[in-house]
Amino acid sequence: MARELTYRDALREALREEMYRDERVFLMGEDIGAYGGSYAVTRGFLQEFGPERVRDTPIAELGIVGLGIGAAIGGLRPVVELMTINFSLLAMDQIVNHLAKIYYMFNGQFTAPVVVRTVEGFGQLAATHSQFFENYFAYVPGLRVVAPAVPKDAKGFLKAAIRGNDPVIFIEHSLIYRNRGEVPDGEDFLLPLEGAEVRREGRDVTIVSWLRGYYLALGAAEELAREGIECEVIDLRVLRPLDIETIVRSVQKTNRLVIVEEGWKSFGVGAEIAASVQERAIDYLDAPIARVASVEVPMPYARNLERLVVPNKDKVIEAVREVLYQRTLVPVAR
Amino acid sequence: MTSTVDGQLPGVALTKSELLEMYRLMVLIRRFEEVAAEQYALGKIAGFLHLYIGEEAVAVGAIRAMDPEDHLVTHYRDHGYALALGLDPRRCMAELFGKATGLVGGRGGSMHFADASKHFWGGYAIVAGLLPIAAGLGLASKYLNQRRVAVAIFGDGATNNGAFHEALNFAALWKLPVLFLCENNQYGMGTAVAHASAVREMYRKACAYDIPAEQVDGQDVLAVYEVTKRALEHCRSENGPYFIEALTYRYRGHSMADPETYRSKEEVEEWRRQRDPIVLFRQKLLSHTVATEEELAALDQAVEEAVAEAVRFAEESPEPDPATLTQYAYADPITVR
Ligand SMILES: Cc1ncc(C[n+]2csc(CCOP(=O)(O)OP(=O)(O)O)c2C)c(N)n1
Repeated sequence: MARELTYRDALREALREEMYRDERVFLMGEDIGAYGGSYAVTRGFLQEFGPERVRDTPIAELGIVGLGIGAAIGGLRPVVELMTINFSLLAMDQIVNHLAKIYYMFNGQFTAPVVVRTVEGFGQLAATHSQFFENYFAYVPGLRVVAPAVPKDAKGFLKAAIRGNDPVIFIEHSLIYRNRGEVPDGEDFLLPLEGAEVRREGRDVTIVSWLRGYYLALGAAEELAREGIECEVIDLRVLRPLDIETIVRSVQKTNRLVIVEEGWKSFGVGAEIAASVQERAIDYLDAPIARVASVEVPMPYARNLERLVVPNKDKVIEAVREVLYQRTLVPVAR
Repeated sequence: MTSTVDGQLPGVALTKSELLEMYRLMVLIRRFEEVAAEQYALGKIAGFLHLYIGEEAVAVGAIRAMDPEDHLVTHYRDHGYALALGLDPRRCMAELFGKATGLVGGRGGSMHFADASKHFWGGYAIVAGLLPIAAGLGLASKYLNQRRVAVAIFGDGATNNGAFHEALNFAALWKLPVLFLCENNQYGMGTAVAHASAVREMYRKACAYDIPAEQVDGQDVLAVYEVTKRALEHCRSENGPYFIEALTYRYRGHSMADPETYRSKEEVEEWRRQRDPIVLFRQKLLSHTVATEEELAALDQAVEEAVAEAVRFAEESPEPDPATLTQYAYADPITVR
């Protein structure tokens, strides 16, 4: 059985169920309690679980993650929230220099199973509040980096992340919290924290993306299907460990690849995917890999400028035409 | 001052065997490090090697005061704490040699000693980075009603870093059982305290967070013991954190790579001659007839042999198995490629 849930409610369910299941699970972050969470994921939790388990913190990102690490070593299961990914930079030392390394550096003696939930997105918030930093985390061995696009994954991943023994960076997207989807019933619905998923089959071109980019890919695929172009759409879901195999298998079928990401193109996740695909499947490529990404400027505030920066469905369609050598000469801001 | 009972120090609730063990550990740390420096010069030990020589009383006094259940996290100058905890000097030396038999199997080296069985959760090499982690351990202890105190060891240099302030604020705000033990050895690398810190007494910084704090003579092992004991009791009784500043001095450079251009030989000599923690403690033990010259000499001799044995062990131990290179990157299995 399954029910339809929003992405937000899927996250809420995962957190609630795990908190009921295991007393050691607690939440910590800025304004997650009295305020109800910046994106309302934890609304009502303070009343339900009390201040020991739903901890409003000072605005101290490094401290929040560092306390999470210590708490995890000390036997708890912390889920820490960084209000948005933009502020994760202040916690980068704890995440990269400590969290990611504790298990290896101390020779497997102990681990720090912290789940760091954070959110990316945009919406006329200007340069410091509209950034996509998943590549910063995906770069680091020792971390698992998940980026669920659909409610089912949001729930299954979050529960698995809480129960697992590795540190997990759990990236959400502010513009998909209201998206709906089927979520299987059952308190033990868990998804392994790895593996991309082919969500739409197609023979002509592979589009790989994640988070909001996945929905752009899907929209583009549906539109292109009306003119007979069949796109295979892969939701990457997990950035580390990277499931390159699923992408390669798809490219071997379609011989064409479009990567859609909201981050900047240079040095991003898409760059990694493109390089890995050419390492493994260059002979199968009938066209250069196309990448749709944000224009490389700090995000402007003005609505029209912001729209020019981020990927949209039309840019994805344009990229598909490009790899199919059907490119119409519509000017695209790059 | 004279002792009333042989084998005891007035006003000190430690037995003779405990006092002699403290002496032995201080000598062990000293000798272990002197030999480590020699082995470094011989190229047997590489990387950064931060020696603790001169500061032995802090580790030994503090650890003696701790409960075996308490948590410990330290900075990278961690050999003294490991030895004071009773960790096998052979495994400590083997870690410096990068051998499979080392404390952490050769994965961490000098700066990352750890032993989970002793609740020693590691030496951390990023200045101040361990402080929020210590606060988190205090949080876990309180959450689980364990009465375990998390002890954090760090230098004066760490007190100027944001992580320090975040950790103190969290610990005070949530009344976490955390003992912040600052070793003020007067320098952060080559930068004297006065050049780095607007406030020269580290313990005064705790007042910004309403954390009780005091200064102690870090060259006096019994003074460190006493204040730590009291501080731990404070933390254990759900009063929240405590802050100790131990005034101490390192005789050697910041690390083996340090040319020591920032301080005079005379200054170092002065501390060595007048404030050496081992000499001071030795004199106290003798003058109060807690021990005889012969007893102490026998301990010195035993330490000498233990350290020589540690080197032999490290030398003869195998290097880590290359097949284990990627082991422990993740705790749960990964199947995708
Ligand atoms: C964040 C950070 N910056 C710089 C360094 C380089 N570094 C290592 S130890 C050290 C001095 C620290 O001094 P202090 O905290 O007083 O401890 P001590 O070495 O004196 O015991 C510096 C600058 C570092 N490890 N981490």
